Amino acid sequence: MKIGVVTFPGSLDDADARRAAAVAGAEAVALWHGDADLHGVDAVVLPGGFSYGDYLRAGAISRFAPVMETIIKKAGEGLPVLGICNGFQVLCESHLLPGALIKNHHRKFICKDQPLRIENNRTAWTSDYDANHEITIVLKNQDGSYVADEATLDRLEGEGRVVARYLDENPNGSYRDIAGITNERGNVVGLMPHPEHCVETLTGPTTDGLGFFTSVLKAVVAS
Amino acid sequence: MARVVVDVMLKPEILDPQGKAVHGAFGRLGFDGVADVRQGKRFEITLDGEATEERVAEIRKAADTLLANPVIEDYTLHVENGQ
Repeated sequence: MKIGVVTFPGSLDDADARRAAAVAGAEAVALWHGDADLHGVDAVVLPGGFSYGDYLRAGAISRFAPVMETIIKKAGEGLPVLGICNGFQVLCESHLLPGALIKNHHRKFICKDQPLRIENNRTAWTSDYDANHEITIVLKNQDGSYVADEATLDRLEGEGRVVARYLDENPNGSYRDIAGITNERGNVVGLMPHPEHCVETLTGPTTDGLGFFTSVLKAVVAS
Repeated sequence: MARVVVDVMLKPEILDPQGKAVHGAFGRLGFDGVADVRQGKRFEITLDGEATEERVAEIRKAADTLLANPVIEDYTLHVENGQ
């Protein structure tokens, strides 16, 4: 079972994502943005960071990287893909997920432990959580405000595609407190907070993030 | 050589935190009477030759796919000839 983690120029959290995959029991495979070959991985993580310096728009340039052409095609065929933070932005720019992420409404960078509710535990990345499981993982972002038009938001809610929602105070102005969403099939998930930083108590506030990585192991075995 | 200019703005319904920051600075610097500020992006694209209909259509396609995100932004495009 191999989880590939893409490194773009400016990715920051690729090493932590590989480590989280390994802690969960997978073989972590480093993928390079300029290489369209996925090297036989069973799932892909697009990590956090500031790919291409967030130039133009966060994720806008990365979306056209050679590796993304393959990921977009394979995601359509059911490959599990998790985009974390900048990875979520790349998924929105790629139109694998609806909506967009803009600057935090308060204009400051956030770095905090953030409580969330997992509202959809039927995706490839969340099946190890209970329904409405409340978790606390790290949130750190600048362009974390999730926006979409009302019709899109209503459709996401109606189809149960809001994967995670912020609890307590809305930290970044995201519409309807949305922290993460999925596509119709449930194989592509975008999440603004960082589960990969929360897999070991030595370095994270909790180990609540590990479930994303153990979930996908089961999803791959089941498929 | 012709130049194609693409101006990109956030859609009116999308919050613009950068524009808000600039608006705040206006107030602090004593520039009064400003109701709102919205910040956008301007792209000046210089073509190798003339701005034929075909080439402008190409730039429009680039604006649709790369320069603007239609989910949150609108853009306008115009040609400046003989610069």
